[in-house]
Amino acid sequence: MKADSDLVPTPSQTVGPYFRIELTTDEHCIKCVADPQAKGERVWITFRVLDGDGAPVNDAMLETWQADSNGNYNHPDDPKSKEIEPRWIGFGRLGTDEDGRCVLETIKPGRVPNGVLQAPHLTLAVFARGLLKQLYTRVYFAGDAANDEDPILRLIPQDRRDTLMAQPDPVHPGHWTFDVRLQGDRETVFFDV
Amino acid sequence: MDSELSTRISAKGYARPPKGSQPPSLYEPYHATIKRAPLKPLILLPHTLSEITGPIFGHEKVGEKDNDLTCQHVGEPIGERIIVSGRVVDSNGRPASNALIEIWQANAAGRYRHIGDQHPAPLDPNFSGAGRTMTDEHGAYRFITIKPGAYPWFNHYNAWRPAHIHFSVFGTAFISRLVTQMYFPGDPLFDYDPIFQSVPDERARQRMISKFDLETTQPQWAKGFKFDIVLRGPEATPFES
Ligand SMILES: [Fe+3]
Repeated sequence: MKADSDLVPTPSQTVGPYFRIELTTDEHCIKCVADPQAKGERVWITFRVLDGDGAPVNDAMLETWQADSNGNYNHPDDPKSKEIEPRWIGFGRLGTDEDGRCVLETIKPGRVPNGVLQAPHLTLAVFARGLLKQLYTRVYFAGDAANDEDPILRLIPQDRRDTLMAQPDPVHPGHWTFDVRLQGDRETVFFDV
Repeated sequence: MDSELSTRISAKGYARPPKGSQPPSLYEPYHATIKRAPLKPLILLPHTLSEITGPIFGHEKVGEKDNDLTCQHVGEPIGERIIVSGRVVDSNGRPASNALIEIWQANAAGRYRHIGDQHPAPLDPNFSGAGRTMTDEHGAYRFITIKPGAYPWFNHYNAWRPAHIHFSVFGTAFISRLVTQMYFPGDPLFDYDPIFQSVPDERARQRMISKFDLETTQPQWAKGFKFDIVLRGPEATPFES
């Protein structure tokens, strides 16, 4: 057993501008979380990442993590993981384009039980040049009745909650948009995890 | 926060890293942080199943030779061949077994095979600079590569990054995910590099520097460097009372 002082987590460092040669190659991106047979409501979420000037961040990587349509995580620490959707992993990984955009295809997650039922949400980690460590936020779905009962949303000042709401595209059913604003009046809520 | 609510929504929590052991989001000497670091207070998040679970994957993405960056082309890359190995454990000392590690780096001349890299140094037709592997049941991993060169960047006048290899590591939880950079011992550029210096604690900065290792070194073939990685792990005492 090593001395305790050796067991301090290794410092995070930025992914820098060149992560694309490994992390978000065509082969290593995961733009579609759910295979064609996956049960549940299929959704497409267009993310846009913006900096403090409102300029698009074209060198960001987004990673998403979520439960299946029944609210189960494919992970041994989830007591209900045995009931998981076949072939479900729940992990997405995208690189932003020149406009700071990327599109994730997935299934709207179910409510995760954890003492209190949480509203449907994805956990989102943002990596980029200029981010010394990843930022964590959550993607909820605007208009979902469960949002009012969500224990995490209740921790957030009322006037900032809408920064965590994906908005439905009024023209294209199933399509949603979610802006990640790194700074500014409408800065996205990020979590200290 | 309402403490009763906190108890009801908390799963087994993950320990938070000690003060000073991680970089802040805003570190002005690294200029790109100025317009990108969040400026509003972060919301303290009690850990739920959504935080303490995370993807377990990678085997299907890793080929047998993907951990050898020197054999991806017809010829051998130019540069100093090295072996980088180590163990990935969590903050309780438990090995992170079967975990995906991805690396990317510049070539021996300090140039990335990336369209955005305009450093006037040669590309090496025999070097792509990307690799991946899975840790074994003891959390051990091993890469064969060439030592990357230092390279200039535009952060400030005459700015040079110390030689480094980018590491991306998955732990057991989505919040134990780590992206870091591995440096080489004795690099004279450490003192001038704001990315390295962004980590406040001196001992924490040392944890990003690999160690020359004679045991890993292979005679007449390649120098060896040891780089152990520690990820956040579950809190030793239960989070819920
Ligand atoms: Fe780099």
